[in-house]
Amino acid sequence: MTTTTDFLLAIEDLTVSFDGFKAVDSLTMYIDKNELRVVIGPNGAGKTTLLDLICGKTKSSSGSISFKNKEMTKMAEHEIVRAGIGRKFQTPSIYENLTVYQNLEVSYPEGRGVFGSLFFQTTDEVIKRVNEVAKEIQLENFLDTEAAILSHGQKQWLEIGMLLMQDPELLMLDEPVAGMSAKERDETAELLNRICENRSVIVIEHDMEFVKKIARKVTVLHQGKILAEGTMEKVQADEKVIEVYLGH
Amino acid sequence: MNFVYERFLGGKNGAVAIAILAILILVIFPLFLDAFRLNLVGKYLTFAFAAVSLVLLWGYGGILSLGQGVFFGLGGYAMAMFLKLEASDPESTKIQTTPGIPDFMDWNQLYELPWFWIPFESFTFTLLAIILVPSIFAFIIGYSMFKRRVGGVYFAIITQVIAVILTVLIVGQQGYTGGINGITDLKTLNGWDIRTDSAKLTLYFINALLLLGVIMLSKFILTSKFGQLLLAMKDKEDRVRFSGYDVSNFKIFVFCVSAVIAAIGGAMFTLQVGFMSPSFVGIVPSIEMVIFAAVGGRMSLIGVVYGTLLVNFGKTGFSETFPELWLFLMGGLFIAVVMFFPNGLAGIWNKYAPKFKFIRRMNLTPDKAVLDAQIAPAVSIAEVTSDLVSTSDEKPEGAKS
Repeated sequence: MTTTTDFLLAIEDLTVSFDGFKAVDSLTMYIDKNELRVVIGPNGAGKTTLLDLICGKTKSSSGSISFKNKEMTKMAEHEIVRAGIGRKFQTPSIYENLTVYQNLEVSYPEGRGVFGSLFFQTTDEVIKRVNEVAKEIQLENFLDTEAAILSHGQKQWLEIGMLLMQDPELLMLDEPVAGMSAKERDETAELLNRICENRSVIVIEHDMEFVKKIARKVTVLHQGKILAEGTMEKVQADEKVIEVYLGH
Repeated sequence: MNFVYERFLGGKNGAVAIAILAILILVIFPLFLDAFRLNLVGKYLTFAFAAVSLVLLWGYGGILSLGQGVFFGLGGYAMAMFLKLEASDPESTKIQTTPGIPDFMDWNQLYELPWFWIPFESFTFTLLAIILVPSIFAFIIGYSMFKRRVGGVYFAIITQVIAVILTVLIVGQQGYTGGINGITDLKTLNGWDIRTDSAKLTLYFINALLLLGVIMLSKFILTSKFGQLLLAMKDKEDRVRFSGYDVSNFKIFVFCVSAVIAAIGGAMFTLQVGFMSPSFVGIVPSIEMVIFAAVGGRMSLIGVVYGTLLVNFGKTGFSETFPELWLFLMGGLFIAVVMFFPNGLAGIWNKYAPKFKFIRRMNLTPDKAVLDAQIAPAVSIAEVTSDLVSTSDEKPEGAKS
């Protein structure tokens, strides 16, 4: 059962198995308030599955995910989002046919019901919030641009912006800098360091250079289990980690 | 006032487009067409309700229903049941074994009015039923499918199957439904003879005004956040879900709205044409409705009205001269439209209208939604088929459909 903790997110003994294959295996992990945690690991380690479990996309086989001491494993996806968990997908998942402005506006956390959305009014507050977020993600000059024609990096930022619109307490980013140029990576690192000030962030990443720029605490996953956890230096010096990453 | 202008008419472009359509169907047709042809146009305009309903459901919602005929039929039958009861007063049915019940019941050895017919003696109940029966039915179907995340081709097939089931049911239960002949010999509405030319003219105008009203209501829905969410869902359903929206509720709602719109068309059909039969319920009419929407442009509420008129004029014209060729022509038309004009008449208009000076001078920018659909790279056969093939669960995250 869920234990009461001071952690924002407490994952305890979490397992999911697909036809007997345990993608995540008795995983226990805690995320503090305002913590930025990087999860790394080789392909197939269960990183994306872990995010899928937290946000409800995949249902767990056993174990508990407790967010602010509230059990999440039985909740529907949209309820988990409303509880304060936002998730960015690996490939930019934005609405290509809408403008940047509309993408952000549609993500504003009001008018979320059928009738609420029919009578939703764009108030000055909504416009203010869209502009703030657009500035944060450096798209303030692209508000009227069709999202489809943004660059890959801008699309990634836009999706982060769409999550920021909802002001989640826990933000989960799945490989946010994949496919970005070096300059875009630097800017994304800065963006992450800014946005994690008032919230917890979980980042999945492969790019070690990028990880070094943002990481305070790193969790290494391997075959659905935690292999090592700690600061970047500590993890990099860990023999088991070296073996998994270099020993093949 | 500004709210009405922006949301119900869709700003300047929308207002002009609605005004042109209104002038055409409210002034030009009644002035230049004889009573017979005008009644025919009135009939076509009842199909336009179904086409408009498909703009909401298919064009914006990305949910292809091959069973809009079901809802058209439910509305039509509700109205027909009321009119039939009024036409079956004991005086005019006194030669029957049981006077006072519809003639087909008498022929099928029924000796009293079935229980579900009784409420249709009330006009108020009938009007409510035209709205409520289709929406409840659509809610049940929508709830059981969308909550389980059934979509794409599975949804299309199931709606088609429902159209078949309803047809079979109506044809098979002759004593209760009038069978294959449908419900015929409708005479009066609360004592008002609907068969006269003047009544038909009045009904034509009521129908035309209702259609304009439905278009404006749809415009209101599509210009709201709801409309944007529909487009967003069509593109990236998971992103909408993981932005805190219960996607299934939105789909259920738009399905119910589209059902009601189609049903209003069906009820007006019965009034203007004077009968209702299973041939407006099954697969063929349902697919014809999809063709009307495709030809007109499934992203354009106004375009589909022209699409419906064009296809139906063609149908009447051709089937008078080459009856056996018409179905092939219709099939060919559908393929041609999907291949060369994926956005239908509305797409052609948006593409070529700006080339004419006088239209440019009117300072009308093309319909935004249709234009968006044109910009999007995948609008082609690929998209029409992807509406059929994709299911939300199988689609990888972020994959462009």
